[in-house]
Amino acid sequence: MKSFISKRALASGVSLIGLVVLVFFLSRLTGDPTDLYLPLDASTEMRDQFRQMHGFNDPLIVQFGRYVADLARLDFGQSLRQARPAMDVVLEAFGWTFWLAVITMSCVTLAAIVIGSLAAFRVGGIFDRIATFFSLIGAAAPDFWLAIVAIVIFAVKLHWLPTSGTGTPWHWILPVSVLFIRPFGLILQVVRGSMIGVLSSAYVKTARAKGVRTPVIIFVHGLRNAMLPVITVIGDQAAAILNGAVVVETVFGFPGIGKLMIDSILLRDFAVVLAVIMVSALAIFIMNLLIDLAYALLDPRIRY
Amino acid sequence: MTDTQILSGRKQSGALGRWFSMLWADKLAFFAALFLFVVLLCAILGPHFLDAYATKQNLRGRNAPPFDLTHGWIYVLGADALGRPLLARIVVAAQNTMLVAAGAVAASSVVGAALGLVAGYSRRSAAQWIMRLGDVIMSFPSLLLAVIVLYMLEPSVANIVLVLAITRIPIYLRTTRAEVLEVRERMFVQAATVMGASHRRIVFRHILPVILPTLVTIATLDFAFVMLAESSLSFLGIGIQAPEITWGLMVSQGRPYLTNAWWLSFWPGLAIILTTLSLNLLSNWLRIALDPAQRWRLEMRGRKNG
Repeated sequence: MKSFISKRALASGVSLIGLVVLVFFLSRLTGDPTDLYLPLDASTEMRDQFRQMHGFNDPLIVQFGRYVADLARLDFGQSLRQARPAMDVVLEAFGWTFWLAVITMSCVTLAAIVIGSLAAFRVGGIFDRIATFFSLIGAAAPDFWLAIVAIVIFAVKLHWLPTSGTGTPWHWILPVSVLFIRPFGLILQVVRGSMIGVLSSAYVKTARAKGVRTPVIIFVHGLRNAMLPVITVIGDQAAAILNGAVVVETVFGFPGIGKLMIDSILLRDFAVVLAVIMVSALAIFIMNLLIDLAYALLDPRIRY
Repeated sequence: MTDTQILSGRKQSGALGRWFSMLWADKLAFFAALFLFVVLLCAILGPHFLDAYATKQNLRGRNAPPFDLTHGWIYVLGADALGRPLLARIVVAAQNTMLVAAGAVAASSVVGAALGLVAGYSRRSAAQWIMRLGDVIMSFPSLLLAVIVLYMLEPSVANIVLVLAITRIPIYLRTTRAEVLEVRERMFVQAATVMGASHRRIVFRHILPVILPTLVTIATLDFAFVMLAESSLSFLGIGIQAPEITWGLMVSQGRPYLTNAWWLSFWPGLAIILTTLSLNLLSNWLRIALDPAQRWRLEMRGRKNG
C-alpha cells in the first residue's frame, strides 16, 4: 500500500512540476500586469517602481529561480490583486469550492443510485424514462445557459431565491442545482448499465429464488457490486468541480476556485494562478487515492 | 423467396439508400439528422441572405419582444439591444459556431489519431514522450491557454479553433493508442507482418480501418462538446470577440438584459441545446450503424417499417 501511494505520488509530482514550469513561462507571455494595475495617467517612474517592487524587471529565468527558491520555503508569492499571500487567497476560495463539490456530489450520488437502480430494475418504466431524459438534457444543455434561465425563473420572476452571492443556505440552492444536472445524467446511466448487468447474474437469481425481498436484492446484494464503475465516474465528476466550475461560479458570483482562476488569469495575478493549479492538483490526487481505497473496501479481491 | 427479393431490391438502391433506411428505422436519429441538415444549410447559406438584416440596427425595435409580427416576420423571435432581429442573427451565427466546432474537431482528431497511431504502434521512447505530452496538455488549464493565444495572436475564429483543437488532442490520442495496442496483437496484423508488409501498409491498410468507427463516433460526440466549450469561452469573454458572433457570445450579450428581455439569451441557448441534443442522438445511432455486430437492429426494424 505504501509503495503504491509513493509510486502514484512520484508520477503525479513529475507531471505537476512540468505543468508549473510550463504555466510559469507561458503565463508571462500574456503581458505585463503594470498597465492593468496602475491608472492610465501613471508616470513612467511609477510604472518602473511597480515593476521593480514585484520583480517584473528581472529576466524571466531570474524570476523563475526566485519563485522556486520561495517555493522551497513554502512561500507561494503575493497576490497582486489582493496584496496578501497567494496561498491564503487560494485556500479561502478552495474552502467554498470544496463544500460546493461535496454537497453537489452527495446529492448527485444519492439521487443517481436510487433512480438508476430502480430504472435498471424495470427497463422502460417511469424511472428509466426519467434517467434517459436527464442524461440527454445533461449532455446537451450548456451550464451557463441553465444558470441564466434558472436565475430568470427562480430569482427574477418568482423571487424565491437570491440571484447570486453567498450568505444563507438559500444562496446554495441554484448553483448546486445547476451543477447537479450534468453529473446526475452521466452517473445515472452508469448506475443503470452496471445494475442491469449485476441483476441478471446468477447470485441475484439465487437470492430471488430464496425469496429475498426486492429492495434488499437491489440495494444490498446488487448495489455493492454495481458500484465499482460508478465510483470512477463519481471521481471524474467531482474532480471537474474541484478544478473549478468556472462558468457556474462566475454566473452566481460564488467566491470559489473557478471564479478566482478566471479573475486571476484576466488580471495577470500569476502567483495566484500557480497556487490554484497546485492546490487543485493536490486535492485531486488525494481524491483519487480515496477512490482507490473505496475500490478495495467494496471489493476485497482488490489489493494494492 | 420474398426475403431474398427484398434483399436484392435493397442492394440495387445502393449504399446511400441502405444508410437512409437505417436512419429511418430510428425516428429520433432521423429527426436529429434532419435538424442538423437545416442547421448546416443555415450555416452555409444564412450569412449570404441574412447578413444585411443581422447587422442592421433599428433603435426603435430595441429588445422587441418575440412573437410580435408588426415589424415583419424576421422579428418573430424578437430583437436584441440594438434592434437587430434575433432570428437573422441566430442563422448568421450558425456559420461561426459550426465552423469553429468543425475546424477544432477535424484538426484535433487528425493530429490526435496520428500521434496515437505512432504511440501505439512504435515501441520506442517517442511513444512515452507523446503520452506524457498528452498528460500535460490534459491538465493545462484551457482558460489560460485561451488567454495566452488571445493575447499573443489576435482574437479570430482561426485562433479559437487552435485553442480548442489543442485541448481536445489527448482524447483522440488516448483512444487511438488504446485501440492500436489491442488491434496490433490480432492475427491478421501478425499475418501481414509475416508476409512482409511495410509498417506504413500495416498501419494504414490493416489497423486504421478497424479503429475508424470508434474515432468517428467520438468525433460526433466531441463536436457537441467543442461547441459547448466554445460557447463557454465566448461567454467568459475569452473566445470569439464581437462583431463576430456565435451562439455562445449571443447568450453572453443578452445577459445584462436578463431581467427585462429574457429572449436575448434564451433563443441562442436553445439553438445550442437542440444542436447538441441532435448530435448526441445521431452519434448514438452511428455507434450502432457502424458496428457490424449490431447493425442488424436497424436493418431489421427498417424492413418491418418499409
